[in-house]
Amino acid sequence: MFKKFQPSTDIAGHTPVKTSVQRSIRSALLSQWKIEPETLEAIWPKKEGLVHVKCREHVSIYTVNGEPLAFQHFDGPFYPTLRVIHKYPYILPMVKVDRGAIRFLLGGAHMMCPGFTSKGGYLPPPDEALPAGSPVTIHAEGKEHAVGIGITKLATEDIRKINKGVGVEVVTYLGDDLWALQSL
Amino acid sequence: MGRKNNVSSSNAPPPPAPEPGQPEGEAPQPRPPVQVLYCGVCTYPIEYCEFGSSLTKCKEWLKEEHPEQFDKYYSEEALQAKIGTLSLEAQTKLEKDTAKAEAKAEAKADAALKKKMSSQITIKRIERNKRKHITAVHGLEAFGIDLKKAAKQFASKFATGASVTKNAQGLDEVVVQGDVSDEIVDMIEQEAGVLKGIPVDNVEIVEEKKKKGGE
Ligand SMILES: [Zn+2]
Repeated sequence: MFKKFQPSTDIAGHTPVKTSVQRSIRSALLSQWKIEPETLEAIWPKKEGLVHVKCREHVSIYTVNGEPLAFQHFDGPFYPTLRVIHKYPYILPMVKVDRGAIRFLLGGAHMMCPGFTSKGGYLPPPDEALPAGSPVTIHAEGKEHAVGIGITKLATEDIRKINKGVGVEVVTYLGDDLWALQSL
Repeated sequence: MGRKNNVSSSNAPPPPAPEPGQPEGEAPQPRPPVQVLYCGVCTYPIEYCEFGSSLTKCKEWLKEEHPEQFDKYYSEEALQAKIGTLSLEAQTKLEKDTAKAEAKAEAKADAALKKKMSSQITIKRIERNKRKHITAVHGLEAFGIDLKKAAKQFASKFATGASVTKNAQGLDEVVVQGDVSDEIVDMIEQEAGVLKGIPVDNVEIVEEKKKKGGE
């Protein structure tokens, strides 16, 4: 989503978000993310206004105090930024790719099923299986911190079963152009 | 699995102690964020430096700034351990790729420097009306100069107004009230304040006459 993203040309403008809309975004975040209201309050205090940064191709970034907090494509799910995930890694369910896949991920590739099903990978157990279309944090074998954030293309059980093709689409990763935007 | 050791040597999350000033035990406390040590060179969490294109510099930085972390990531055992399920061949290939990427990044940095050295700065003297001029300076950002700071510097130096605005092409430039084009060239020559590292040969002064009906 943020490959070859140039702030100077790909950002259409900044608009403060209306209070009523902020309220609905806050409740959307609380229902979509696994985060306690008080922790969300710590990263987005109620008195700090949210700013909507409109970008190309219907991508929206939301910032607090200039710092990107979340982003969204059309009216899809809200994704936290990778820096937020590093601070609060439990916000989204996690999957893990093996070491061999890291390089491809950092090159901007989507993640193929075998990267999750091989020995170094990880998928949630069947009783915590995720449907297709779930935002996930992507961890990597042998690493403590997340390397990217994605959305499941297949249900996690299908990733296991089919074990072929793209399993998770990557929406942001370490070193992409959103990562480079520390403040907006 | 390595979950417990926080990267920064600072606090492992302490048992929840009520913060001073909070109503006793009532309001739930936010969970403290995980402390992540980001590399000062490549900006990644330091465990990912090996995948960047500046590993040599990253290692130097870490050794210098956080020597206690260095061994954790680059000792012989650490290097063995991290290979994980990757085959030896794959690991060798990875290291080769890293070296290649590094060489490439250096070449790129060289090219960027060359490009920078050939970037042009235009100082435009624009006529507002018979007596009044403004001076628009374009291209400073190619030399890594913060335009807002430059504007501030011009404003205080010339005791006049200066701001960063977009020109007709949508590019940022610094606009100063009054005709100060020659003075700005002098400042560039003397590398005054933030105006450092610009070869004077790259600076060009142009005139713009008043356009009909111009604002
Ligand atoms: Zn680094």
